[in-house]
Amino acid sequence: MARAASPRRRLLTTLAAWFVALLIFFPVLWMILTSFKTEASAVASPPELLGASWTLENYVEVWSRSDYPRFFWNSVVISVGSTLLGLAIAIPSAWAMAFVPGKRTKDLLMWMLSTKMMPAVAVMIPIYLLFQQLGLFDTKIGLILALMLMNLPIIIWMLYTYFKEIPGEILEAARMDGAGMWSEIAYVLTPMALPGIASTMLLNIILAWNEAFWTIVLTTTKAAPLSAFIASFSAPQGLFYAKLSAASAMAIMPILILGWFSQKQLVRGLTFGAVK
Amino acid sequence: MSTQSTRLAARFMVAPSVIVLFIWMIVPLAMTAYFSFRLYRLLSPDRSGWVGFNNYVWFFNSPDFWLALTNTLLLVGGVLIITVILGVLIALLLDQPVKGQGVLRILVIAPFFVMPPVAASIWENLFMHPQNGLFAAIARGFGAQPILFLESYPMPSVIAIVAWEWLPFATLILLTAMQSLSSEQLEAAEMDGASALSRFRYIILPHLTRAITVVILIQTIFLLGIFGEIYTTTQGGPGSASTTLPYMIFKQAIVAKDIGRAAAGGIIAVILANIVAYFLMRSIGKHLDA
Repeated sequence: MARAASPRRRLLTTLAAWFVALLIFFPVLWMILTSFKTEASAVASPPELLGASWTLENYVEVWSRSDYPRFFWNSVVISVGSTLLGLAIAIPSAWAMAFVPGKRTKDLLMWMLSTKMMPAVAVMIPIYLLFQQLGLFDTKIGLILALMLMNLPIIIWMLYTYFKEIPGEILEAARMDGAGMWSEIAYVLTPMALPGIASTMLLNIILAWNEAFWTIVLTTTKAAPLSAFIASFSAPQGLFYAKLSAASAMAIMPILILGWFSQKQLVRGLTFGAVK
Repeated sequence: MSTQSTRLAARFMVAPSVIVLFIWMIVPLAMTAYFSFRLYRLLSPDRSGWVGFNNYVWFFNSPDFWLALTNTLLLVGGVLIITVILGVLIALLLDQPVKGQGVLRILVIAPFFVMPPVAASIWENLFMHPQNGLFAAIARGFGAQPILFLESYPMPSVIAIVAWEWLPFATLILLTAMQSLSSEQLEAAEMDGASALSRFRYIILPHLTRAITVVILIQTIFLLGIFGEIYTTTQGGPGSASTTLPYMIFKQAIVAKDIGRAAAGGIIAVILANIVAYFLMRSIGKHLDA
């Protein structure tokens, strides 16, 4: 929506937009700045900026002197694992619903969406007890299963809206040329569906990485990912502000980068295709 | 175009996701319903049995429950109002021809990618902390007493934190919707002498109705389950001042280890979510063609 505007107005809106954007971003920026300060400098009053003593010590210390690498690794395994497992189950389902729709397909999709509206606390107790009995409590496998199931409706819906956009005529043409079902999937559908699958994967890694209910309920220490670790990290009287900030910065950095690449798909994915 | 055999194959492809979702949601829900009528405490496993509606009665008689219910609705309502209004305003601003669009979007979307415990911990420690927080430093700079945000105003503080996390989501969706509005329509209105306000009221806002609907619907689903932010900051306190329904149920199950009562709370939460979903679907369903 580019309209002719006077240079003066343009300058004013640019300034206003930058001011608002920096205001919204400021807490993240402040945390990143704090992570590079010494502990004393981090809690100095009045706050230090130019005169602060900068250091990389916090990152080194968090990474080498605690179990941080393990929490980080758990986050990677759990978010990537649950996403891949989810895709393996969801791709055939979404494919079938998009290309061989039956009378009940719409109802089935709505039912899947409705499971997302069920509050997690309502199923928390049986899952918690079952996980303890089955030996899944505080294991990476258990969390991979839980997060996969939590996000499965979103994965299926996203894939479904992407698959729906692949024109059916292409399939018919392929069939006319004598392509069987499997070669149809391998040579026609997969290349066309890959961008959709990639953005579904990206969004679900983000959702799984940031999940902070099941990770807190279903772990103690062994399988805890970063979200559970930071949630229980308490800073006694500001002694560890800089280290807490460094731990936090490393915890959000992979997702900030992934997220910036996927912001377009994010809208579509989280609105179940309703806003494109 | 589908033959009998492709239909059968399609069923087999859909089956796994239906079965696992059924096991994940319906079976535990049935178990929760069963537990909710039982005396079931992990700390005294020898005493158990049917107790009828006692667990529900305990919930309804507990003053904490009504507080938790109010807090839950305050959180959902407060965050929705803040994010929708500010989201529309910021989207309007970012939709203008400004320099550095790409970077601006990146800055604005960032909070959404910050995991809830980190978001909560940034605000709790670096901003709201009464000694070392930035707000306290600013207050001292003006010679004022630092405000005890999480102690004196726990709910507004939690609402502010959650609104900060969800504002990018609302802004991004509203901005996406705004960019699909044809500029000719706005230019024509401008030529005809429509003021900026009436252009907003009669062209932009109606165009955004669907996007606002989607924002409200999706945020409500996520906001009803807000947990990590409260767990990280106030732990539901001081007292029960910032306990929401999910947090109250969590405390009953994990801290008090009273499975029966927690289960009753879980069922109440399901009923509440259904009531909210029903009204949402009814009032805004007409804007959505599924």
